[in-house]
Amino acid sequence: MSEIPLTSSVSKGCFVFKSASKKRKRHVGVGGYLVDDSDENGSDRFRICQKLWETVQTNTEVIQDQLNKKVLDSLAEFIKKHGLGCSSDVWRQRGRETPTAALMLGVNVPDHAMTFRSLCNLLQDSVTPFVVSVHAKECAAVKLLIQKVLEQLMGRGVSVDEEQEDDTALLQRTQCTISALCQWYKTVTKKCTQVFPQRTESLTNSDLPQSLPVVVIFKDFEAFNSQVLQDFILICRWDLCSEMCYSSIKFLPFIFIFGIATSPSAIQHRLPHSVSSLLCIEVFHSLSCTQHLASVFDKLILNSQFPFKLSSRVIQVLVGIFLYHDFSVQNFVKGLQFSMLEHFKSQPLSMLCCQKQEALLSAKTLSKKNVERIRHLPSFMRYVETQEPQEQVRLLTNDEHVKEVCQKLLKNLHKYHKNYYPILQCLHSLTSSLPKFPLGKHIRELHVSCIEKNLWETEEYDSALQLLRILAKDELVVALRKCAEILKSTKILQNVLQQLEDFIGRLEALEGVSSEDSSGNGILSGKMEYQKTDLFQLQKTLLEKESRRTKRMNPFEVLRSQVIEFIDSLVREYLTPAELQPLNEVCYYSSSGVLRQRLNVTPRTSIQAALSHPFYYLQNESLKTDAGTISSAAPDLCIVYKLHLECGRLINLYDWLEAFLTVMSAAEDQDTNSEECGKYDSLKHARFIQAVSEMEFLGFIKSTKQKTDHVARLTWGGC
Amino acid sequence: MKIHICLTGIKTIILDCNNISQYSVFLINSALMNRRDIMSAVNPDQYSYPSVFIYGHRATGKSHVVLSIMKDLELPHASVDCVECVSSGLLFHQVLSAFFGPDAAALLPRCPSLSDFVRLYKQMSSNSPATQTRYIILDRAERMRDMDFSLLPALLRLQELVNDNVTVILLSEIVWEKFRPNTGCFEPLLFHFPDYSKGKSLVQILSWDHHPSYTPELYASYINILLGVFFSVCRDLRELRHLAVLNFSKFCEPLEKGEAKESDIHKLWKNIEPHLQRAMQTVYLREVSSVQWEQQQMDEKEATTLRVLSAHAHIELPYYSKFLLIAAYLASFNPARTDRRFFLKSHGKIRKTNFLKKHEKTSNHLLGPKPFPLDRLMAIFYSVVDSRVAPTASVFSQISSLVTLQLLSQVGHDDQLDSPKYKCSVSLDFILAISRCVCVCVRLLDLLALSLVIQSQVVRQERSLFTAVSNLHLL
Repeated sequence: MSEIPLTSSVSKGCFVFKSASKKRKRHVGVGGYLVDDSDENGSDRFRICQKLWETVQTNTEVIQDQLNKKVLDSLAEFIKKHGLGCSSDVWRQRGRETPTAALMLGVNVPDHAMTFRSLCNLLQDSVTPFVVSVHAKECAAVKLLIQKVLEQLMGRGVSVDEEQEDDTALLQRTQCTISALCQWYKTVTKKCTQVFPQRTESLTNSDLPQSLPVVVIFKDFEAFNSQVLQDFILICRWDLCSEMCYSSIKFLPFIFIFGIATSPSAIQHRLPHSVSSLLCIEVFHSLSCTQHLASVFDKLILNSQFPFKLSSRVIQVLVGIFLYHDFSVQNFVKGLQFSMLEHFKSQPLSMLCCQKQEALLSAKTLSKKNVERIRHLPSFMRYVETQEPQEQVRLLTNDEHVKEVCQKLLKNLHKYHKNYYPILQCLHSLTSSLPKFPLGKHIRELHVSCIEKNLWETEEYDSALQLLRILAKDELVVALRKCAEILKSTKILQNVLQQLEDFIGRLEALEGVSSEDSSGNGILSGKMEYQKTDLFQLQKTLLEKESRRTKRMNPFEVLRSQVIEFIDSLVREYLTPAELQPLNEVCYYSSSGVLRQRLNVTPRTSIQAALSHPFYYLQNESLKTDAGTISSAAPDLCIVYKLHLECGRLINLYDWLEAFLTVMSAAEDQDTNSEECGKYDSLKHARFIQAVSEMEFLGFIKSTKQKTDHVARLTWGGC
Repeated sequence: MKIHICLTGIKTIILDCNNISQYSVFLINSALMNRRDIMSAVNPDQYSYPSVFIYGHRATGKSHVVLSIMKDLELPHASVDCVECVSSGLLFHQVLSAFFGPDAAALLPRCPSLSDFVRLYKQMSSNSPATQTRYIILDRAERMRDMDFSLLPALLRLQELVNDNVTVILLSEIVWEKFRPNTGCFEPLLFHFPDYSKGKSLVQILSWDHHPSYTPELYASYINILLGVFFSVCRDLRELRHLAVLNFSKFCEPLEKGEAKESDIHKLWKNIEPHLQRAMQTVYLREVSSVQWEQQQMDEKEATTLRVLSAHAHIELPYYSKFLLIAAYLASFNPARTDRRFFLKSHGKIRKTNFLKKHEKTSNHLLGPKPFPLDRLMAIFYSVVDSRVAPTASVFSQISSLVTLQLLSQVGHDDQLDSPKYKCSVSLDFILAISRCVCVCVRLLDLLALSLVIQSQVVRQERSLFTAVSNLHLL
């Protein structure tokens, strides 16, 4: 197949052809990298990681689709309502207004791409084949915008029937007008009605002339030049005059969709009244990104089916980036992907981080090296210490035994996860309705504090329990019911569920009894009159009760404290920190420092670190210096940088040069006792100039006209 | 001159054209009457006047009249909308294809210049000489000023250039004085389309599209009520027609229910007046789309208040973006001299008497946002935000994303790398809303209050001024 590629050029010359085989080579490479690795199970880890990533991807896509379904459906409905079955008469009645949907998407612009993709697909499948989406950066001028619209539309039309391909390929720029589009539209719609007669029948039951709308999606409305938008809307408008008089009858049922990141008032800020009066705007809201994050979090992190786990610090870093910086769920998922890659790359034992059966199987066939690695895991060492001395010896010497124990521990770990999440959800549902949210509003906060430390030792947990202890009966029953629902849906922890239902039953049975009690035993239990409804009253009575210990509690209170104790015991049993679990290192990725360094980069600090401590990056022994001194062995740039730190706002170039020469010659003094020490040297001068211009390039100094032979310093501190 | 024919043919036009143009034709008639002396000087055998300039506000029937005349008299003409012509090449293309067919237009080279156009035009017109004057109608001619510098002067005397009986008619919303190039040019014949007056013409024109099931008198009284509400803010005929159609069903409601007769004008007025007032605040400003407005009328539920566009002013922003925006606002509206006082804990003593210079005492809000360098923004940001923030790349990228969201705007493009300058382009209300939901620390609120107290006195006056200005703009 050695075929000489053809060019469209008629002239002789050299042409660059990118070889097609390049990509294939690359693919072979992945295996190659893994084989080179000293580790024998690198490819296994790669496979597991790959598989996990695929599940992450499909899950996030499913979540996105579910969340966007409502808004996308209503959008499609809007377009159907306005576009289909509308003859030109209806449009004329409508005045000259173009139907416009303002789609509010939130400020996380990169995340919009996925929404628009599914919107395009939905519209093309269900409403109209004529969907165009344009991006602001492609459309700096009206000409380009029209060209883009035409290209996308006509290109798509060609794909319907292939005879016309040659004609449209020769689409000249001069013909890039809306009237050309009108001509094209007329011919295509005619064909469409012939091609899909059954479709048109289903869509329009009247005998009005069928008109499929042309949907133009402006992906990032804010970024568009307002003049371009105005002109485009003016050109596309449906005008009585133009219908009547212009040579080419303009009738194109346009529908616009504005993807807006800020607020709908952006439309009015961007467009003058004369233009916005041509639009008939309806607003659609998509789900907020925090809700999106919560569902992604539920699906990927609070899920025992997903073997890869994040430690509390890592979660904090990822969530922090989300909340403080970008609001982008996609970035969050990317962060998750990155930590997955890091984990599987850096932790050889991560090959056990997979589904239970698979993990047990690979635990059976652990290599000698890996057994040794397990012995060195801190959590395993802690486990060994708790064993009897005989067992300890066996664990440290017998490989087979370690493998068996390892299987047992893995089973335990899986069991721990299985029990952990339902109980976490129960606790969250109990505490999320408390005033001031002592354990956090979102389940992720509760999760972070649970896996970080012993939850029951925290103050927040105490205050939450205090608040739970004063819950009224009906509130308590409702909360317990919710917990029972959660446990029912998971189908594990049946005994807990049993107990919970038992409590609910007893609480409800109390209904009659408690009222009798309060009336009958009223005298016995002192003056206490129990009221269920008022929280404040309850708290007061509770405090009173605290002061008078002798008083007897009524049956409800007894039961309530039993319930709370039961919940407390559940928390203590199941919500233990993950770090205490043996072999948690297999599943948990915990190096938050690396993650922060990679995902939340600080370019300026790294440049400064490189300049002030060149050893950090170059790893050259001769560069190791004490703080404060300037080594002459360092690169020129570093010397110049360190010298400039000692200067004020304006730096005298000559003084700087002198200092530089002094540092340089100090080195020479040690080497050779040269006589030209301190003398003007053109080579050194050149080196200095180069270093200074590099400093300017890096943005530390800039030339100034305030004083001759001086440069201005642009940064402060960082010594 | 062919406009003669227009004059003689007015009767036929009145019969043919639809209602709006009728009145406008009267107008052009009277305008032409004033020019009768010029016209009588022109011999019909001679070439017509090379260029005509017609101006008047929006929706006064300029293009409608001209195009109807062209159509009804079947004059050879090429009508081009200048907004659509993104390059002069498109204009030439459209003109040539209208006069000589698409084949002639195809002969234009890829990026045609004016001389290409003239050459082709000459060639074509020599093949098919004009029996009548050819007209080139350029709608929205104000766009021509943005095109090639020589295009407008050349088109004004196109007749001389191509040596053919051709007239260029320019239609525009602005006066000819704004067109005249520095170097001077051929002066076209000027026509003015005056605005419709309230009493006579608007009522007349609007009454033409009365509803068939009601009497014209009723519709006329409806139009009178409508104009009473809207005339002060809007004189655009199209917009008024649109509003009339939208609200007519509401007007007729008492009639349909049998609560009032057609003669009970007062009762009908009472019914419709508050409704129209509401329409002015919502539909007219496009806060509510006309479809939603109609639906609301059908639902008959007055209680359901429609969510207007500007009601969704709240924007969810990441935590640091909010602080960046607040910092930008402070940097934009506070004089740089006062930074030390507001943002340093141990600022030096500043004598109160001449703390603010005289020109600074006028509200900074009246002067608008001032540009500030990135360094100042970051310095204020660090002093405003309550925790220690590392100068990460994502903090800086948030600035640029604020720029793309148009909450900040970048000023000047000369020094992008070293010291870019920004302006804050959000309002005080917006900033207050943001700082209210972000302020955990009291210090920031104090700061805002401190820096705003200087400006706040004037803010109220200023708002009324803004509304006045916007009203003026509408007029």
